[in-house]
Amino acid sequence: MNQARSNPLNKAAMHGALILYTLIALFPVFVILINSFKTRKAIFREPLALPGADTFSMIGYQTVMKQGDFFLYFQNSMIVTVVSLTFILLFGAMAAFALSEYRFKGNLVMGLYLALGIMIPIRIGTVAILEMMVATGLVNTLTALILVYTAQGLPLAVFILSEFMRQVSDDLKNAGRIDGLSEYTIFFRLVLPLVRPAMATVAVFNMIPIWNDLWFPLILAPAEETKTLTLGSQVFIGQFVTDWNAVLSALSMAILPVLILYVIFSRQLIRGITSGAVK
Amino acid sequence: MTALTLTNVNKSFGQVHVLKDINLEVEDGEFVVFVGPSGCGKSTLLRVIAGLEDVTSGDVHIDGEIVNHTPPSKRGIAMVFQSYALYPHLNVRKNMTLALKQERQSKEIIDQRVAEAARMLNLEEYLGRFPSELSGGQRQRVAIGRAIVRHPKLFLFDEPLSNLDAALRMNTRLEIANLHRQLEATMIYVTHDQSEAMTLADKIVVLRDGRVEQIGSPMELYNNPVNQFVAGFLGSPAMNFLPAGLLSDGDERTLGVRPEDLYLSDSGELSATVRHVEHLGGDTNVIAMINDHQVTARLFGQHAIEAGQDFKLAVSEGKSYYFDKSGERLSA
Repeated sequence: MNQARSNPLNKAAMHGALILYTLIALFPVFVILINSFKTRKAIFREPLALPGADTFSMIGYQTVMKQGDFFLYFQNSMIVTVVSLTFILLFGAMAAFALSEYRFKGNLVMGLYLALGIMIPIRIGTVAILEMMVATGLVNTLTALILVYTAQGLPLAVFILSEFMRQVSDDLKNAGRIDGLSEYTIFFRLVLPLVRPAMATVAVFNMIPIWNDLWFPLILAPAEETKTLTLGSQVFIGQFVTDWNAVLSALSMAILPVLILYVIFSRQLIRGITSGAVK
Repeated sequence: MTALTLTNVNKSFGQVHVLKDINLEVEDGEFVVFVGPSGCGKSTLLRVIAGLEDVTSGDVHIDGEIVNHTPPSKRGIAMVFQSYALYPHLNVRKNMTLALKQERQSKEIIDQRVAEAARMLNLEEYLGRFPSELSGGQRQRVAIGRAIVRHPKLFLFDEPLSNLDAALRMNTRLEIANLHRQLEATMIYVTHDQSEAMTLADKIVVLRDGRVEQIGSPMELYNNPVNQFVAGFLGSPAMNFLPAGLLSDGDERTLGVRPEDLYLSDSGELSATVRHVEHLGGDTNVIAMINDHQVTARLFGQHAIEAGQDFKLAVSEGKSYYFDKSGERLSA
């Protein structure tokens, strides 16, 4: 076995570094969580103290539940994120498969064109997008957000997935062709399971910016019935007065779904079923 | 009846001309081996036959029918890949039955064929396992089983043994030879290993740079190579090539002698210095230098010869081959 890995001192140092990093990374989340359960005064007096008997308060959560339709925002965020991710993964993987698998004229140019979006921030086109959405009557619909996020996520997805798909054994795909599988079956049944870790990576990379985005919901879908969670939480942040209890409670609740999605995807990240497919 | 006919098959990838005017006939039940150095186009030729690549020009006939535009699954072929290419998410049984299910065969036929293949390949115990739980040899047998269950007109093997270790390779080679006898099926086998070609083939096709150099039975090619390339490629240790001028002054030809046709003789015309000796027990390979030319002599039995020794070599009567400058064989 590897010397460096079996040495107890190295092991301790390695775990020490990882634990330290975990603490640093989780600290802000921890602060948000504890403060969301405190009274307003207690938040400002001792921001780092745990909620005690006299400082404990659910006022933040109550405000969030009362004011605005929190569950609707939540549902909107969820729909936008999940549908956008599905589209990004599906179309990204399909485009990547075509680019990596088939020889056709302009393959390379097409690949570069699709990857170009990585370098150009989509927000530069906000005005044009807004005009387009107005023209098509999509303003204040979740469809508008889904379309924009799909477009925003595709370049990176195509770029990453096509690299991974090139590594999938040609023999495997050819074996499928000889066994009479259609190109779609080969794509869905043979190739996709093998690039699952890459799909999970793409999903995680795209999920968080979409969930947290304020820009496009504010511009394209600010109506009450299409507000996303991030936009909905903004009502508590005012120019002069901010209801910190409510903001912190809303944030705490917004963490949950992302956490669940992340757990689902990271399990896929770890899992590798490729062993034994090809030598 | 011809199982496979190739007429003037050409294949180019862009500017690169990979297969050049290939013509070939394979009879029913024949075991044909494509052999050649790497990059000679033998795998591409197999993929053209399989339908995984289109021909640029020319025709591929399987069982008398032109199949240029028939998809691989409809050509009545089965292929065994070098990397096995088993479906990782399916167990052994499902790996073998997938193609039959695609063909919509009845359950009885599927079960019967799987049982038959599993018995032939000793895979009965492993039917429920996944590829990742099998050893290399077992995976290779599953890959072969996947081909057998389809009862194809044509078996295609793409270097199936190159990922196995030496002992297993011997065994699997025997198994494939047995299988060929039992199934009486037409098989096409690609390898770069001339000993696999010699031991398995009814007919060998030697390829170089996308061209067929020679087609014939193993012994025909061994005894009667058309050019220096074929002569040097088949046989191990390889044929020795010397300038014929060493034997008679002014001779411009190249002399080819197989290692087993060189023997020690005090009256031999070639004086050589031993460079290295390989004692194999049954044989002794003597690697010697004649002037600047390295030759290998294969002596039967055990000989007490050491490096640095000088001796005379003679060529067995009628066992010399002559080649011209371009490598073409000249009649002696």
